[in-house]
Amino acid sequence: MGKASLFVKRFFVEVFTTSFEFKEFVWQCYAIGYRSLPLVSITGFIMGLVLTIQSRPTLAQFGAESWIPGMVTLSLVREIAPVITALICAGKIASGIGAELGSMKVTEQIDAMEVSAINPFKYLVVTRIMATTLMVPVLVIYADLVGLFGGFIGYNIHGEVSLFRFFSQALESLTFMDLIPATIKTVFFGFFIGMIGCFKGFHAENGTESVGKAANSAVVTASLSIFIIDMIAVQITDLIF
Amino acid sequence: METTAKETTVKATPPSSEMVIDIKDLHKSFGANSILKGVNLKVAKGESVVVLGKSGSGKSVTIKCLVGLIAPDTGELNVFGTDVTQLNNNQLNELRARMGFLFQTAALYDSMSVRENLGFTLRHHNKKLSADEIEQATIAALQGVGLEEAIDKMPSELSGGMRKRIGLARTMIIKPEIMLYDEPTTGLDTITSREISELILELQSKNKTTSIIITHDMPCARLTADRIVILKEGVIAAEGTYEELEKSEDEWVRSFFI
Repeated sequence: MGKASLFVKRFFVEVFTTSFEFKEFVWQCYAIGYRSLPLVSITGFIMGLVLTIQSRPTLAQFGAESWIPGMVTLSLVREIAPVITALICAGKIASGIGAELGSMKVTEQIDAMEVSAINPFKYLVVTRIMATTLMVPVLVIYADLVGLFGGFIGYNIHGEVSLFRFFSQALESLTFMDLIPATIKTVFFGFFIGMIGCFKGFHAENGTESVGKAANSAVVTASLSIFIIDMIAVQITDLIF
Repeated sequence: METTAKETTVKATPPSSEMVIDIKDLHKSFGANSILKGVNLKVAKGESVVVLGKSGSGKSVTIKCLVGLIAPDTGELNVFGTDVTQLNNNQLNELRARMGFLFQTAALYDSMSVRENLGFTLRHHNKKLSADEIEQATIAALQGVGLEEAIDKMPSELSGGMRKRIGLARTMIIKPEIMLYDEPTTGLDTITSREISELILELQSKNKTTSIIITHDMPCARLTADRIVILKEGVIAAEGTYEELEKSEDEWVRSFFI
């Protein structure tokens, strides 16, 4: 816990007091964001599709099929897309960062940076955490949209609605009070995914075995932290809104 | 890299009396395992000191303490007259900018090409350099180690000897005043080891660097050392030139030279 606290403290010191590695940050945004698009697209689409197909019979019993777009939108935007996308990112990004930094640590590449008077924390850690903090919310918003499209396809399996009408109904049911808390919590998801991946990788012990451990531990801890943050976010949202 | 033995075995500059490294009573333990138990070592400007010793005797720990990678328990580590242990991060980085460190594995950045490995280091050292100047310096450094054709290769495409040369070029590109080599020829065949040793000697005489070379490779030690120190049980047990130690009355010391 002590090490983790010092790591977080160092991040805030480095991010606010030293020059920023902008080029590396942009590269990380590309690697973390753009390269996760296929995975997020598939999961987002399936989320929307399955949610619509599963909800339909129950709503149909009450003659409330027209509520499907609104219900699917609220479920996706408020809870399902943020949590599922964050879990996907924890699996892909946190493990990737943990393995990459862990490998750099055990092969002395981080030491090589340090003895070359290059700040490895600023170059490797700050850029990655900033990139995940920015890109995870972007990926979640993207997953929301793809999920809605999946919902549209799901609705049209048994019914018939135009894309425009489906999206109009979906967006009508949304308010800023749905979007803002959901987006804020994804910022925290992204921050913790990056922080945990970097922490585990940066503190890998010597030996290749520790690289696997760092990656594995990063996924488990990041996934758990997503649920904990979600629980806290729901309580806070409930109190404030 | 074609370098004649005649050229490279000539020690270019005799060391001066000015001490650039002065290690006093250095102690370091890892848990209950005491590695260094009072190492004292002085290295003069331009001097090349080879450190010998059994595996685990603390050779690498000593030079890692010198660059601030490992914090010693007690002792003084004076480099250019400044105690490394008393420096903050910024001051330590200023000192590190005058030193080079060649790792046993060369520690090339896997995700970068050879060009990026060299350019990355130089760009962070001198932010005022233009892309063109960095490119020129990169090519010159690669020519210095005879590997300019490897400029676009990735580290995974390089052999062990090539990695060491590129590691050397990456370190030398910042023109360090002190070079620390951690087993530069380990894992290489005899011929490549000799080539690396000759390269070290050539770069040393060209750049007038002060060096500490940790090695188990006696031909490398013979070629590069002005002076040899031998670590035993955490302290320096023997010191002298290659020829002196080779004829030592101490059988344990002589055993290194067989």
